[in-house]
Parts: sequence; structure tokens; C-alpha cells
Amino acid sequence: MKRIEAIALAAEAAEAQEALVVCNIGFPSRELYALMDRSENFYMLGSMGLASSIGLGLALVLPKRRVIVLDGDGAVLMNLGTLATIAHNAPRNYLLVILDNCCFGSTGSQPTCTHFGTDLEAIARGAGAESVRTVANAEGLRSALAGDGIVVAKVEIGNADVPIIPLFPEKIIERFMKSAQQAERS
Amino acid sequence: MNPSLAVYRGVKRAGINFAASVPCVNLQQLLRLVGEDPEIMHLPVTREEEGVGICCGAWMGGRKPALLMQNSGLGNSINALASLDLLFKVPLLMIISHRGCEGEQIIGQVPMGKLTPKLLDAMQIPRLSPSPDQAEDVVAQAWSLAEERRSPVAVLLDLQFWRAK
Repeated sequence: MKRIEAIALAAEAAEAQEALVVCNIGFPSRELYALMDRSENFYMLGSMGLASSIGLGLALVLPKRRVIVLDGDGAVLMNLGTLATIAHNAPRNYLLVILDNCCFGSTGSQPTCTHFGTDLEAIARGAGAESVRTVANAEGLRSALAGDGIVVAKVEIGNADVPIIPLFPEKIIERFMKSAQQAERS
Repeated sequence: MNPSLAVYRGVKRAGINFAASVPCVNLQQLLRLVGEDPEIMHLPVTREEEGVGICCGAWMGGRKPALLMQNSGLGNSINALASLDLLFKVPLLMIISHRGCEGEQIIGQVPMGKLTPKLLDAMQIPRLSPSPDQAEDVVAQAWSLAEERRSPVAVLLDLQFWRAK
């Protein structure tokens, strides 16, 4: 499964579930924007490693709102403590999807430790997370996208040919917050 | 005024209703007060940078967030403060135990102790250092300033502050 195919499945699920999406820096956000831009998408333009944390804060304070985080293996390895915090605090409206292409895909595909055998599902379980699974195809991911917890989606190396997101940070956050808070009140 | 209680009262007056924290010995009493407050959702985190991300999410969801940490944690948070909070204009109240100042016994605290004000100044993050008598007012004002500027604001509380009776 290509990463952009996995992101497309996640975007469709998010639209159907009226979910908020927090998306990792770099090509994943660009691919999501090109596939399906929604005001419910938060494109994280910096702060590598923190998509899962931003999503956790949202899910905790907006319990009626589903939150899907699209993260990467390199980013999660940079903030491994997040798995422990998620394991013991994440509510049922939170789903972390780790798109694991075994490399730093936005900087030239340098391998991460998952390339050499580091198992993010096992790390998440060791951190105390109970709802964790690894999927390697579209069918598995589609089913995981209906659940909560943590899913490691194995994807191929490679970025789609998509442009830089033509939105200012102020615009991204303004429309995201409006969508997030409006729906919670109703 | 008990210094921890003064800060807590300022936090309450500011309307802070979400907190992430990494402990410092000087924050013990404040962490207990915040942790026991049913109006404040409190999340202990593994690293201060993670707290910056969680607080950003909480703010986007409509909360008023504070991050309670030692100044060593400022060093762990620089990129997140810049490329998340300053970039997207996200307010955050940072209650920082400022170690490595006059009276510090632990030599390892000294380098970050000296650098902390300069780092905040370089990032154009306002910093306030009240006495215990001023703390309630200043902490409340710090959040107002954060909201007005749409930026993090730091309240730096050094060893003298915590030793006051």
C-alpha cells in the first residue's frame, strides 16, 4: 500500500465520521491536502513529533468529537513518550494512525530504526496501550479506521508529486478551531 | 502568602482549566493543588515538548491551558514553542520553576539557569518574575497577555520565590 493510498482511506473515514484530523509535517500533510482538504484538517507545519500530542489534547477536551492523527514512524520515534501518555490517558474518541514507511520520507528516505526491525506495535504495547494493531493492506486499514487506540500501517517508501500547501498557518488554525468547537457545542 | 498558593490563585483567577506538567521539586505543592482541582484537567506528561503539543490541542478545543515545568524543560521545548505556538499564534501560560539561579546547590542546573531569560528573550516570549505577594495578580495577567498576544508567556519563579514564607 502506498502512503497516499493509506492517507486517502483515512481521509474518507474522517469525512464519513466527521472526525478532526491532525496530520504530520511534510509530505503526509501535502498529500492529505491534495487528496481532500477539509477545515477539520490541522496541517502541522512544524513541531515534528507532536501530531499525536496535539490530537490527544483535542480528544481529551472534546469528548464528543472523534480525532484521528496521521503520524509517521520517524516522528513517533522522536516523541516515544507520547505512546506511554496515550496508553494511560487517551479517550475512546482518539485514534493514532502511524504510517510506517521505515524512513524519513520527506527528507530523502533515510532509514529509521523500524527499517532495521524496531516494532512500534510492540513498543506501544510495552508502553501499556491495549488497543494496538499492525495492518499492511487497505482492507486491514479500513477496518482499523473504524476503531480507536493505535494502528501501525505499513506503507511503501515514496512521496506523491503534490504541491506545498498554499495556506497560511493563521488560516489553517482559524478554520480548524471553528469547525472543532462548533460541532462540539451542537 | 504561601508562594504555591499564590500561583494557584492566579491560575484560578486566569480561568486556567487545562494543565500539562513535568515535575520540579519546587512545584510539588502547586501540582497537588492543580491535580486535586476538579475544574482543571491535569495531564502529567513525559517531556515538556509533549506538553506544548497537548496544550495546543486543548486550546484549539476551547480550553485555557497552562504548562507547569522546570526551566530545563524550556530547553526541551524550543522547537515546539517556535514552530507550533509562535507559528500558529497559540497562547500558553508557562509556569516555570527557574533553577540554577542564586542559591542553587546543583551545579548541573546552572547553565540552563543562566540561559533561560536569554532564550525567552530571543524567542520574544514575554517573561514575568513576581514576588509571592504579586504572584496571584501577575499569573492572572500573564494569561491575559498570552491571549492578547496569541503567544506563550512565561512566569519564571526562582529559588528566592519558593523560599519565601
